Amino acid sequence: MSNPELRQRPRLAVIKFASCDGCQLSILNLEEDLLALGQALDIAYFPEASSDMRAGPYDIALVEGSITTAEDAHRILSVRQQTKVLITIGACATAGGIQALRNWGDIEAYKQAVYPRPDYIQSLSTSTPISEHVHVDFELWGCPIEKGQLLRVITDLVGGVQLRLPADSVCLECKRRGNVCVVVAKGMPCLGPVTRTGCGAICPAMGRDCYGCFGPSEGARKGPGLPPNTTSLAKHFHDELQLIPVEVLRRFRGINGAVDPFRNESTVWENKG
Amino acid sequence: MTGKEEARNTRTIAVDLVARVEGEGALRVTVKDGTVQDVELRIFEPPRFFEAFLQGRHYSEVPDIVARICGICPVAYQMSAVHAIEQVFGLHVDGALRDLRRLLYCGEWIESHALHVYLLQAPDFLGYDSGIAMAKDHPAVVTRGLRLKKAGNAIMTLLGGRSVHPVSVKVGGFSRVPLRSELNGLKEELLWARDAAIETVRWVADFDYPDFMPDYTYVALHHPDEYPFNEGQVAVSNGLQISTTEFEQHFVEHQVSYSTALHCTLQGTSYLVGPLARLNSNQDHLTPLVQQVLADTRTVMPLRNPFHGIIARSVEILYALEESLRLIDRYEPPPVSALPVVVRSGTGMACTEAPRGILYHRYQVDGDGVIREAKIVPPTSQNQSRIEQDLRLFLPRLLQLPDQEVALACERVIRCYDPCISCATHFLNLEITREGVA
Repeated sequence: MSNPELRQRPRLAVIKFASCDGCQLSILNLEEDLLALGQALDIAYFPEASSDMRAGPYDIALVEGSITTAEDAHRILSVRQQTKVLITIGACATAGGIQALRNWGDIEAYKQAVYPRPDYIQSLSTSTPISEHVHVDFELWGCPIEKGQLLRVITDLVGGVQLRLPADSVCLECKRRGNVCVVVAKGMPCLGPVTRTGCGAICPAMGRDCYGCFGPSEGARKGPGLPPNTTSLAKHFHDELQLIPVEVLRRFRGINGAVDPFRNESTVWENKG
Repeated sequence: MTGKEEARNTRTIAVDLVARVEGEGALRVTVKDGTVQDVELRIFEPPRFFEAFLQGRHYSEVPDIVARICGICPVAYQMSAVHAIEQVFGLHVDGALRDLRRLLYCGEWIESHALHVYLLQAPDFLGYDSGIAMAKDHPAVVTRGLRLKKAGNAIMTLLGGRSVHPVSVKVGGFSRVPLRSELNGLKEELLWARDAAIETVRWVADFDYPDFMPDYTYVALHHPDEYPFNEGQVAVSNGLQISTTEFEQHFVEHQVSYSTALHCTLQGTSYLVGPLARLNSNQDHLTPLVQQVLADTRTVMPLRNPFHGIIARSVEILYALEESLRLIDRYEPPPVSALPVVVRSGTGMACTEAPRGILYHRYQVDGDGVIREAKIVPPTSQNQSRIEQDLRLFLPRLLQLPDQEVALACERVIRCYDPCISCATHFLNLEITREGVA
């Protein structure tokens, strides 16, 4: 793709499900690279940015948001059918997102808490990641995604390079950045040891504990690595940092709370509560 | 997309998705014998139930959770949340910490407004489908807009760690405050951005605007000493001025069958929040430079045309840059990054000015610091009725046009408000039903 004139530019679609639009904004935040992206790719469908909305098929679809309605569960099947390479962007599409907290609640009670006429509202009782519905070719973690990672994935894809991103824990990045460890120095219940790298270790750099917005580190869900040791970290939170069980539960049941091993860990502490 | 129901002599026009808004919604218009019968702004955005799952979470988690309501204005959600919770705890954040919150908010206004002005709304005036398409013919203009947006992001990234869902905001202050030298490092780019913002006001002031002046009731915060961000009384253009604790006594949310976003009305009538309302209610707090640019561009206040929202946003970008530079110049790092919190039970309310207008939060907190009840009224819920009202007023002049052009014109009206449907919940899908003689 060194000369886009030589072959047809790949057709890109950006598609939204239940989400906050922050990952789509991360695309627009590419700023000067956004214009280059517009030249390298044919942006065929990106309603948030363009009125020029063309039907599929698409070479690449970036999918934001989780599946929370019957209609959306149907729509993602059609997106998959029309797409060669489907990439999820962000915690909602990859893990169900913060709205997956409903998975532990009573959806009818939720509707009643928010709406005076709950009978008007159509909603599934769960918020689920895209991969529970269709095959996903690559997942970009993060709430929001990191725009450098997005750019790298698109560049690699267009260049025919196999997609790969580092998946070890935030701790390595945090050490390289020269941060003082907030667990050791401040006794904060930091999720960095079990959270996927990619954000730049910004929470410890800003003097606070990581809250897991990039999801579990490598091997947690699939692939060759081992899942991160959430059991040991949770025990440390409880035994050493004096968190009560419900506080340990809340640490793991957050933005990526619906994926294992975070999901399992919060369940363990629910039973201790 | 378009169809004609011969049997009932009705004509239906539909646009599946209104573009260049944050989120997804639909519009249904019914026309009978050439008269607009009904206008329904339908929001299909799947509800995410934030108010429900906030129950049972610790107060300290609220800023991280509510940020996720909107990727475009996370700071607004964090600010209304911390102010409401601080009211419960009897905490008043002042001095340099208050200035830093204001500076962070300036960053969000600059970023969000530049996005809307350059990438979402200007293409309507210049005849393009997107800012990216516009860049082919107007590269310098679009590049200026993107760099301006980046300047807002730079403020948020320095203070918050990142621009989308910043991580440093907490009840009592911040997890970390910047050094003087770090803030000074922003100045050169902000000075460039201030000039670019002046150019932006001049640029948009020259656009061709439709002649359209609905009779608005404006609602915005008003503060005796400053242009409103975090604090102030809720001021209505009819003269009513109330404390934010009285908000729910005057403003009532109700539900309509065709939308997942609640509608909020003031004593049963629609009203307008956002940059136009803010600018009109707070002209006295604009800086001399802003006043000068308004005079140079022959911009007559108050602005009463919704299409002038793009002017109001551009003016606010300029104001926010001047304010950022002022706050940076007087910055002395505070002794602590956050005030100590003593948890107590109670209920707190706060309104702050999100880029799109007033954002109201109320929390009931128990003695352990756990949220027992949450209520959130976003700006787009408040503007929904007003958008429908404006479409009713604007549509008659369009009805002789072909369906597709009516649809495009309606989309342009909707975009004037920069509706954030993610916030209000989300799906703009336009459907016009014509009955009888068109």
